[in-house]
Amino acid sequence: MSPAIPILLALALGLIGWLAARGRAWTLRREVRAQGSDLHSLPGYHGWYVALWILIPSLLFSIVWSATSPGLVLTQVLADPAAGQLPAFGFQRDALLAEARALASGSADAVFNQQARALVEPFRAAIQRYALIGTLVTVLLGLAGGTFAFMRLRPDFTARSRVERTVMAGLLLASLVAIFTTAGIVASLAFETFRFFQFVSPADFLLGTHWGPDSMAAPTQGVTTNYGALPLFWGTALIGAIIAMLVAIPLGLMSAIFLTQYATPAVRRWMKPILEILAGVPTVVYGYFAALTVAPWIRDLCQALGVTSASSESGLAAGVVMGIMIIPFVSSMADDSIAAVPQAMRDGSLAMGATKSETIRRVLLPAALPGIVAGIMLAVSRAIGETMIVVMAASATARITVNPFESMTTVTYQIVAMLTGEGSFDHPATLSAFALGMVLFLVTLSLNFIALGVVKRFREAYE
Amino acid sequence: MSELSSHERTQRIAARLAKRHGAERRFRAIGFFAVALSALVLAFLLVTMTSNAVGGFKRAELAFKLDLSGSALQIDPSQLAGDDPLQALESAGLRDVVQFATAKALGDKAAAELDSEAWREVARQVAADPALLNSGFDVSLPASDDLASGLRGEGTPQVVALAQELAAKDQLATRFDPGFLTRSDATSPQTVGIWGALKGSMLTMLVTLALAFPIGVFAAVYLEEFAPRNRWTDLIEVSINNLAAVPSIIFGLLGLALFLTIFPYWRSAPLIGGMTLALMTMPVIVISGRNAIKAVPPSIRDAALAVGASPVQTVFHHVLPLALPGVLTGTIIGMARALGETAPLLMIGMKAFVATPPSGFTSPSSVLPVQIFLWSDEINRGFVERTSAAIIVLLIFLLVMNGMAIYLRNRFENRW
Repeated sequence: MSPAIPILLALALGLIGWLAARGRAWTLRREVRAQGSDLHSLPGYHGWYVALWILIPSLLFSIVWSATSPGLVLTQVLADPAAGQLPAFGFQRDALLAEARALASGSADAVFNQQARALVEPFRAAIQRYALIGTLVTVLLGLAGGTFAFMRLRPDFTARSRVERTVMAGLLLASLVAIFTTAGIVASLAFETFRFFQFVSPADFLLGTHWGPDSMAAPTQGVTTNYGALPLFWGTALIGAIIAMLVAIPLGLMSAIFLTQYATPAVRRWMKPILEILAGVPTVVYGYFAALTVAPWIRDLCQALGVTSASSESGLAAGVVMGIMIIPFVSSMADDSIAAVPQAMRDGSLAMGATKSETIRRVLLPAALPGIVAGIMLAVSRAIGETMIVVMAASATARITVNPFESMTTVTYQIVAMLTGEGSFDHPATLSAFALGMVLFLVTLSLNFIALGVVKRFREAYE
Repeated sequence: MSELSSHERTQRIAARLAKRHGAERRFRAIGFFAVALSALVLAFLLVTMTSNAVGGFKRAELAFKLDLSGSALQIDPSQLAGDDPLQALESAGLRDVVQFATAKALGDKAAAELDSEAWREVARQVAADPALLNSGFDVSLPASDDLASGLRGEGTPQVVALAQELAAKDQLATRFDPGFLTRSDATSPQTVGIWGALKGSMLTMLVTLALAFPIGVFAAVYLEEFAPRNRWTDLIEVSINNLAAVPSIIFGLLGLALFLTIFPYWRSAPLIGGMTLALMTMPVIVISGRNAIKAVPPSIRDAALAVGASPVQTVFHHVLPLALPGVLTGTIIGMARALGETAPLLMIGMKAFVATPPSGFTSPSSVLPVQIFLWSDEINRGFVERTSAAIIVLLIFLLVMNGMAIYLRNRFENRW
């Protein structure tokens, strides 16, 4: 049975409750109006009151149930005699169980392993049993809530204030999701990073210069030598903060200046959306472009120029394409900061006889500088967190080099590499991805904080 | 210091002015160059993708008359009407029958170069029309990968020669392949399709929309209309602004550590993918929603309150409907970003090889950007074209979504 069925049932019950309660309220209203008074709330609010009493408990229960019932199913299957033949622990046992569950729940068509076949029937029985229990309890909760609420309907019942109080609670809850998400990110990263640091000391991780985790080796092997993340930090900085910015800052800044100061309205109307399209192209497309077109092109160019160490997975290709992706971002930030400079300053400079470009270079840009710097910091924070371009165009080789033609790796590349393999969750190689994620999160967060602070101060200076 | 004659002074000023105007022109030219370069790069990217993609919507097919009437295919017509006719045809030995019939029509060498999944396409035709079993009918079946590269002039001389021979007889040709849009992932570029990934993307986006839209709009309403000015509200605002700037891969780590721990059996399911992307999209919706709500003039609120509406009624009956076009525009833009997102979905395991389209929100699935990523890793030349074709499909979807956003903005934007 699909997990959607209890939810659909709850929604149907809610609709019925809404209609019934509204009808009841209409009747009540006719009765009290005959006596010259009126309902406290409109009939629709009585309907919503009952519907909420049906929906909230039953939906909450079905969400909790869909998270807990797979565990209960497993317990029942393991109690079955057929589970006695399973290997005691480890990977194979989990694989057999997963295979049997997939077939029993209908997401697979056949089992490959004969041992799993015996478990399919127990799984099917257990899944059906718990799905039935879940559906029944959902419906019962809905009915109980609905009946309780329906019994309370009276002409003077304050349905509207109660419904509005619930709505306000819902609004508050929705806005708290952002805090929960932030807390969830920090907690999950911190927890796994803490586990990682039980294997590898923070100093070895942050300051070591050799990166070469092996998720197949024993967990304790190479914990002091193989987890030095400095080459990753360097690769990230070189690709995201240096090469990409060397492309994005001049092009983005000059585009913004041209579009805001020189371009005719017609040109501006056409070119601005075209620049915005650059920002809308998915990163996986840029990654493919970098790997397929730009990287071989740069390698051939270098080899023609006599640079023999040029790699087809060079940091330069990833950085240049990343820079192109960032252009519209830098351009729109620069656009905003230049627009925020008071018109009087521009007029003053032009009135003194300065040319347009002199005004831009000597008056507008210095005045807009804090905003532009903040925009560049946000751009850097976006570039170093960018994943797909480096995963597709950079390489797995960690090395500290200033030669942009050599292959190099980044933090995000390694996070993907460590977590998409078959490594176990207790292995430092897998956990290292979370430690890298923590570093990435902290760095982008502080860049954003500083940048937003700068922007705020800068805005206040001119207001 | 000697006095300059007025003539000399004019000359100096003229020279300096010429220099300054030269600098002005150069500066302007640099600006134009920057804009033009950005546009050129975009054009180059699109042209490269499109020119590769043209081949991706085609494939090499062997065309001939397939005659199954004389074959030893033992199948009961009632089985064909059952729920799994393909399975029935497979167990009846259709694969070998097709191979044999191909050899009879084209010769052994060509039959060996029929794609190993080609019989499935015959099976689908037969299942749709069982009468075909008793007669000959025209088919156009995928050639093997080798023969397809032979047709492009790549591969061993024998294969190239065979391809040229068949092409000369009009039995082998590159044809438009509409099945690319209806099939799912496969191991050979000849038989891959994007429907599985596309359906996975749509299911994922539905989950994202169902979660991010109400939460985002509610949060925006709360922050803009009801929130008291205190430290908690500040904290919420700071969190939302930061979440909007957190790298997407971090959301993938959260999904992996949190959602997959709570729901371990829904690995690579659209439900988990959608939940992860919803957390990423929500801040975008909140920020654009707040701007839209802020733009509704206070007189609307005053009027509603003055005729006796409660604050909640004022917001939900008057302010929100007026702000809706702006909210929807922001939502579509956020959804377009989520549709193109790859990294967080890689983290939560949506990178498995999934050969059947997902049957629901909890079955294993792939999504379009991840499919592009997986195909881009293949070295086969055929996959290069297929990848570009998939990219074009993705870009078309994004273009439609962004176009919708622009239309909404222009059509329904209220000017107060």
